[in-house]
Amino acid sequence: MSGFADVVFNINNLTATIRMATPIALAAMGGAFSERSGVVNIGLEGMMLAGAFCGVLGSHFTGSPWLGILLAVAGGGVIGAILAVFAIRLKADHVVTGVGINILASGATTWLMQAIWKRKGATDMVAGLGTWSVPGLRDIPVLGTILGVHSPLVYIGLALIALGWVVMFRTPLGLRIRMTGEHPEAADTVGINVRAVQYFCVILSGCLAGLGGAYLSLAQLNWFSKDMSAGRGYMALAACIFGGWNPLGGLGASFLFSFTDAIQMRMQTAQIPLAVEIIQMIPYILTILILAGAVVRSRPPAALGKHYESGHGR
Amino acid sequence: MGLRGDVSRFAYSAIAVLLALVIGAVLIGTSGYSVKEAYSNLLMGAFGGVYSLATTVVMSTPLLFTGLAVALAFQCGLFNVGAEGQLYVGALASAVVALALSGLPPAFRVIIALTAGAGAGAALGFLPGYLKAKIGAHEVVTTIMLNYIAISLTTFLVKTYFRDPGPVDQTVLLPPGSRLPELVPGTRVSLGIVIGILAVALLDRVMRRSVLGYEIQAVGQNPHAAEYGGVNVAARTVQAMMISGAVAGLAGSVESMGTLYRFIPYFSPGYGFTGIAVAVIAGKSMWAVIPAAFLFGALQSGGQSMQLFAGIPMELMTMVQGLVILFVAAPALGSMLLKSRSRLSEKGGGRA
Repeated sequence: MSGFADVVFNINNLTATIRMATPIALAAMGGAFSERSGVVNIGLEGMMLAGAFCGVLGSHFTGSPWLGILLAVAGGGVIGAILAVFAIRLKADHVVTGVGINILASGATTWLMQAIWKRKGATDMVAGLGTWSVPGLRDIPVLGTILGVHSPLVYIGLALIALGWVVMFRTPLGLRIRMTGEHPEAADTVGINVRAVQYFCVILSGCLAGLGGAYLSLAQLNWFSKDMSAGRGYMALAACIFGGWNPLGGLGASFLFSFTDAIQMRMQTAQIPLAVEIIQMIPYILTILILAGAVVRSRPPAALGKHYESGHGR
Repeated sequence: MGLRGDVSRFAYSAIAVLLALVIGAVLIGTSGYSVKEAYSNLLMGAFGGVYSLATTVVMSTPLLFTGLAVALAFQCGLFNVGAEGQLYVGALASAVVALALSGLPPAFRVIIALTAGAGAGAALGFLPGYLKAKIGAHEVVTTIMLNYIAISLTTFLVKTYFRDPGPVDQTVLLPPGSRLPELVPGTRVSLGIVIGILAVALLDRVMRRSVLGYEIQAVGQNPHAAEYGGVNVAARTVQAMMISGAVAGLAGSVESMGTLYRFIPYFSPGYGFTGIAVAVIAGKSMWAVIPAAFLFGALQSGGQSMQLFAGIPMELMTMVQGLVILFVAAPALGSMLLKSRSRLSEKGGGRA
């Protein structure tokens, strides 16, 4: 089993970890914003899927992957808006709504794919984002291998996550968001528009998850295939919780999940004598173990999943 | 909830389904298909003749179990998204046990194999229940992860230990005595549907007449109050998830023993997830699971013939399902639509 050590302690695993963590971390940050404002977001999966689809759609029709990215952000935002209207305005159960949204997104993207491309499993290839090779950074030994050459979305994503952390913990807006999720009555009393904050956060979460989804279709594969998010939205939610509803924490959790995923993929190609199905289970098992260990320490926003009614009448 | 509440809820669910089908019609029309052709095939495929009706019943049967499983967990305030995975372990356990016991009389074989399926499902339900009760890990995330694990694990087990020597990854065919008997000869309508209805009757009785059912509902309505009132919330949570898992496991058992007559990896077209839609529509009533499962079975079988004869992708039905869940989850939608209509007619007379 000398091959086993080569598989686990391979520097390319870290490069792959960065690559695979980006979409999950972006969606996890979306989850953090949504849930910090008090809205449970199981719909991240559907938002990612919509983003992945819209990205390919935009790139297909304009020839520009960057316009595809814009459409993906918009598409995720639309799904976020649907969740927001149902969960906030219509006071539907957040979790049931999220599951409905995921089923809807799965059907809608596959339906549209067949309507537009007349193909059942996957779309044609579209123009992808390619990679950036960062001068200076790429020449540093080890670090250059890990961080030097990636899709532009990796760098944009990391910057957004840092920005998200600043917004959430170092700005008045972030304070308002956190207060809304902790104690909406108090937030309302001091003049915060609870619903507006929640709408903003849920739509933002859709935009971020949509961007993460576009990463799957425009940075990793350059096409869309049926249900290509493959549970990453749920992993993002787990990363959000494990990361303590904090964009940076979510990034750390995503790194951890993606590291196991990277090892899993390397094991498959390295012909480790272990069945593919067993190897594929590793990231999911780890997610459960981590979640089981993490929840003890972290506490969700106090008013998470509750419906807020301004005023006390009605 | 009294009969009236059930009736008005059902009326609202019917409106939600109609609304979803209307949106579906718009999608069909704008995609360049004929709405009339699509929906006449949907209707004929679901109800037009003995064969169609039998297909609808066959497709409703697993949904009856998964819907019941999700609905039961709802009663305890738990959201079991893991019915899909529980169905897979149940299906494999039943198939393997039914094959292994081919020396026993058929009745014993069938009963023991069904028990094995329920047991496997319950075991898979135990874990998220335990993690929720003891640690507070959200059951939605853990059950979804377990779905992936269960599907991979059953595939692995079949490939490695229970594989048919033929070219396909599946178990060997169950001998006739290990199958659920056919109810209507010549169709695949099996005893499974009867077992499903019995399960509904039994669980309805448990929920409404037993201390266990009462306590499970108390936990679902307000865990803090239930704890204060002396209910062991952790134990009821684990038990509710295990019962839910057992019922979802039986969904797999009736598939492998009554319809497919073997275990095939990736056989389920998402019965566990459709079960969520069934449960959302059924609401608090266990009996309402039966018509709700029949409705989605009809959408499924009708959708198949729509795909076959009108060339319209099945995914339309997936969308309709998602829309139904959304609409039923938001009863306020109906009153909002009514209000905005009256507001339009009265020119701003409504409440802001």
